[in-house]
Amino acid sequence: MKTVISAQVATKPSVRADDLPEHETPWQEFVRIYQKDRLALAGFFVLLALLVIAVAGKALTEWWVLFDPEVVRLPDKFFPPLSSPSPDIAASDRPLGGLYLFGTDELGRDVFARMFQGSFVSLSVGFVAVGISLLVGIVLGGFAGYYGQVKLGVMTVDTLIMRFTDAMMCFPTFFLILTAVALLPPSIYTIMFIIGLTSWMGTTRFVRAEFLALREQDYVTAAKALGLPEARIIFRHMVPNALAPVFVSATIGVATAILTESALSFLGFGVPPPYATWGNILSDGKGFIFDAPWLFFIPGLAIFIVVLAFNLVGEGLREALNPKLRRR
Amino acid sequence: MTESPHSLVEVTGLQKYFPVRSGLFSRVSAWVKAVDDVTFHLKQGETLGLVGESGCGKTTVGRSILRLMEPTAGQVRFEGKDILALGPKELRQTRRRMQIIFQDPYSSLNPRMTIGSIVSEPLKIHKIAKGKALQEQVDQLLMKVGLRPEHQSRYPHEFSGGQRQRVGIARALALNPKFIVCDEAVSALDVSIAAQILNLLRDLQKEFHLSYLFITHDLNVVQYLADRIAVMYLGKFAEVATAEDLFNTPKHPYTQALLSANPVPDPMAKSERIVLPGDVPSPLHPPSGCRFHPRCPKVMDHCKTVDPPLIQIGPPENGHQVWCHLYS
Repeated sequence: MKTVISAQVATKPSVRADDLPEHETPWQEFVRIYQKDRLALAGFFVLLALLVIAVAGKALTEWWVLFDPEVVRLPDKFFPPLSSPSPDIAASDRPLGGLYLFGTDELGRDVFARMFQGSFVSLSVGFVAVGISLLVGIVLGGFAGYYGQVKLGVMTVDTLIMRFTDAMMCFPTFFLILTAVALLPPSIYTIMFIIGLTSWMGTTRFVRAEFLALREQDYVTAAKALGLPEARIIFRHMVPNALAPVFVSATIGVATAILTESALSFLGFGVPPPYATWGNILSDGKGFIFDAPWLFFIPGLAIFIVVLAFNLVGEGLREALNPKLRRR
Repeated sequence: MTESPHSLVEVTGLQKYFPVRSGLFSRVSAWVKAVDDVTFHLKQGETLGLVGESGCGKTTVGRSILRLMEPTAGQVRFEGKDILALGPKELRQTRRRMQIIFQDPYSSLNPRMTIGSIVSEPLKIHKIAKGKALQEQVDQLLMKVGLRPEHQSRYPHEFSGGQRQRVGIARALALNPKFIVCDEAVSALDVSIAAQILNLLRDLQKEFHLSYLFITHDLNVVQYLADRIAVMYLGKFAEVATAEDLFNTPKHPYTQALLSANPVPDPMAKSERIVLPGDVPSPLHPPSGCRFHPRCPKVMDHCKTVDPPLIQIGPPENGHQVWCHLYS
């Protein structure tokens, strides 16, 4: 039988470069698959535009005040979108371009300037809150997944962390946020922290599940066998492979955080004045829904578009990071 | 025999029991006796084939020796050092000299690392080489295993199964080990690729004077590569002999049955097929006495109660050992 096997292998093989598929890094592959989804691509461009708008909004309403959201012009209240200011407004109080692009509210403030300022607040609340929830989620989930079997007194680390996660999930989050906001000093940072600290549970479960699966992968075993330090195994071999589903849920998490902030502002518990946020513009406008519908619809539409864009991008990421679509 | 001074690896009384937990407080309700009292040794430059059915504990033996799993009991000596008594630091140093090659070339390479960084990682971490010297060593390793140095910037998914297995071998060789556990290293490859890899392993063995523990369920493969073969059944060794002795004069009824089931590429060959009744019993409740007795065609009364002792067949220097009452 020995002769049979050796007869099959006449020559020592060597791999030629041309029998491999075209070279493609994981990033190129990701871009190629993501581009196929037109809606996700559209969502991505909307978000890119929004990012520019938000940063510009911060800069142009607070640092170089081209659009002042705080100027009160009582004679000009409830002007509809695209109307010009009345002649008796002082030149310094006129909006840029001499036009109320989105109309004015009940105090004659420029809604466009307020929306512009609010875009930064809404987006930063979304990103910071999700950043906090990712941090908590990855650390707790990573611990539960990697060191889960370590005993701590009567229970394992895994039991401790996951039962705490379950307990946190049992709270009706929105009421928990309302209570916390009512007790803490009102500020934009409080809102960010509270939203972040009440939304990490999903991430924790994701990361734990990924870590449990990855720990059994042969390349992690190989890394152990090579005597690599534990930190390197975790951060070089496990974390990068565990993050794909986390990013997907984070994108959708940003949308949820923006919605939560809007809802809080709508109820009057949100970011306190003088900051304009989409939620409190909406809230202020609800009293005039028949007289000045733009006060209600413009922020509503903005929230809708942003949340939709985040969801589309999330869906697109899910598809593009799905290993089954990879070229093997 | 186990005290042989030339042995590179000496395993004595190795046991690995997995707890089965059940109930509200996860109490241990039973033990899966995956490996039960296994003793063998391996000389420098020698290949020991470890064969047996799925689930008989072959992989557990391999991983326990490298301490990728903590054995329940027993002793493993590598170059005279007791592996199981090493602290984390010494263990990392010792692991440079003992490596593992995995069955599945798809899960044994980190999908987010290039081939170059996979092979160079152990060299960098153990500070063996850096800069230009590192690059040269990686080039050489890749050429040794029949790949081209210019493939370094590519990712694992761009390679075929056989090519990936070569990368896995290059990674295992990087630290210049003395002993490699090949855990079903060719089982996932098709026959012609498997033959190429086997030849590669044999060439490397000659060049670097390596010792292999070659775990497989394929008798043709061990016959081609192994100097000695150990047959395992349900967590225990049934027979150990040189490849020649084992194939020509198998003693244990289980070995005889295995060999009779092995296809022979000769249509004229007459072979008497020994068909074993029943299935492999669960390692949760292994049979009393000889573990093979419920399926053994030559079962005797005391096989059912008395664990068979080790019996030397022929002169001790032949090292033909069998655990069977038939020969006592």
